[in-house]
Amino acid sequence: MSVSKGLVDDVLFEFLHAELVSYVLNSSKDGKKGDVTSLEYIGFSSGYRIIERLTKEWPRFKDELETMKFICTDFWSSIYKKQIDNLRTNHQGVYVLHENSFRFLRKISSGRQYLEAAPKFVAFTCGLIRGALANLGLDCTVTAEIQQMPACKFHIQVQKN
Amino acid sequence: MAVCVAVIGKDNSPKYILCLNPNQELQFHYRVHTSLDVVEEKLKATGDRDVRELYIGQLYSTEEHKIFGYVTNTRIKFIVVVESSNTSLRDNEVRMMFRNLHSAYTDVVCNPFYIPGDPITSKNFDNTVRRIMSGN
Repeated sequence: MSVSKGLVDDVLFEFLHAELVSYVLNSSKDGKKGDVTSLEYIGFSSGYRIIERLTKEWPRFKDELETMKFICTDFWSSIYKKQIDNLRTNHQGVYVLHENSFRFLRKISSGRQYLEAAPKFVAFTCGLIRGALANLGLDCTVTAEIQQMPACKFHIQVQKN
Repeated sequence: MAVCVAVIGKDNSPKYILCLNPNQELQFHYRVHTSLDVVEEKLKATGDRDVRELYIGQLYSTEEHKIFGYVTNTRIKFIVVVESSNTSLRDNEVRMMFRNLHSAYTDVVCNPFYIPGDPITSKNFDNTVRRIMSGN
């Protein structure tokens, strides 16, 4: 019972996200079609709030890398039910999260045909990561790179101040 | 049990403060404010294994009060002031208070109508804090 319930939850989240994307993009002002800023902002405020709950039972993070590891493992699996496949860093504030099968792109036919439709499906997640990190005290910019769906890379650049 | 509970934001501004006796509010503002330096000090201390715990223990004590602190991963500080005459208070009771406080705070933050960084005005949070202060 609990297994089937989990599956239903997963689908609902995907539907909600798809609907969110289409609602936000259709209701944005004319001439600014494909403006993903507000999607990113919705992600930001969701991430900012949810991280408060997720880190509640967690010991304090030692450093930046440990925070990133938390994002890749616990944070990611509580939202996307899987962990990030690969995390790379130059140890100078740049982190690249490799996701081999990103959940919001998995249902789109793979290959290059729909590549130009992809940005709107990753904007929310970019915001989500940025919000979570912002609340943990790391100001950063997050961008996504898609070469071949459903794989996706998230670039995180931590702002040093 | 507790005589004052305070929530302090990332930037050390008070987000919420509740005292058992409203006449003493100014005094408690002062006490909580002074304790923030100790919080910073404890957070800076490295190499200690306890430093990774969110509960940072007793900050300082005076003749009348004992002050305890807790800092979340998101740098929100919770300060609880207890009367020194209350000697029956055990350490895990204090931890429990903070844990309940943290749960209540996460509920506030996850409320979409609450803008993070604003003073907390939630009635639910208020009730929880009152319950924590009275000790149930």
